[in-house]
Amino acid sequence: MSTVAESTVAALVVLGALFVLLGSIGLARLPDFLTRLHGPTKATTLGVGALLLASAIFFSTGANTGISLHELAILFFLFITAPVTAHLLAKAALHRQVTRRDDTPRSTTTTEGQSGS
Amino acid sequence: MRHKVFPRPFLSLTVFLLWAAITNAASIAMLLLGALLAVGVPLLSRPFWPEPPRLVRPWRALHFLGIVAIDIVTANWRVARQVIGPLHRLAPAFVEVPLDLRDPFVCTVLASVVSLTPGTVSIDVDQRRWILLVHALDAPDPPALVREIKDRYETPLKEMFAC
Repeated sequence: MSTVAESTVAALVVLGALFVLLGSIGLARLPDFLTRLHGPTKATTLGVGALLLASAIFFSTGANTGISLHELAILFFLFITAPVTAHLLAKAALHRQVTRRDDTPRSTTTTEGQSGS
Repeated sequence: MRHKVFPRPFLSLTVFLLWAAITNAASIAMLLLGALLAVGVPLLSRPFWPEPPRLVRPWRALHFLGIVAIDIVTANWRVARQVIGPLHRLAPAFVEVPLDLRDPFVCTVLASVVSLTPGTVSIDVDQRRWILLVHALDAPDPPALVREIKDRYETPLKEMFAC
């Protein structure tokens, strides 16, 4: 594995982890259900995308393996299922009318999910 | 004849490419099996699929995918900064986007794209009034967001599906 490939993989892993972390910070910090929905659904697109790309490069440039394409399949399924998940969560939220801000537990140490609010 | 074997050419292509990706395109035998699946799966699942509109401008579709990919990266960056910045400056809002599209399949594509680009989530498609309800994390100027969604995503979708 060349230095170029190694540094690319390293950069992508750090970038992906960073965006997943930011998605989680968003989930913890944002004040109500619908704004919280933005954090995790987004982290999957770029964060997991970068991690999967890193994985594809790592296993494709490895010593005795051929090219690795599994990651593309994962990415494809992720990209078509993530909007559906977000949509269903949002619909459930509207149905239960959890749109008001003051309903949501503010503390980041609370273990209850937003579904209870 | 083509219609009999490949009732959904794009579905067949997707199944084949996915099979190749999952098996890492390891051997000819695997690719042959993928080709069998590409014929079999669309035929067997045919009754379940709605009639999709015809894709009349495939190149336009590639261009559109490129725009969406760029938007995902730039908007991710923007949302990342908003999330670690001061939260009281955010102006979350429900925005109603009046649609010109009338096809359920294309509407689904539009709603998915809106959800995938950070900062906006599709909540509902009202099929009586044809309005897409979008929740935005930060929309100080809702009409501008409506215009952006219509110009950037809806217009290209309408052109490439000719509906």
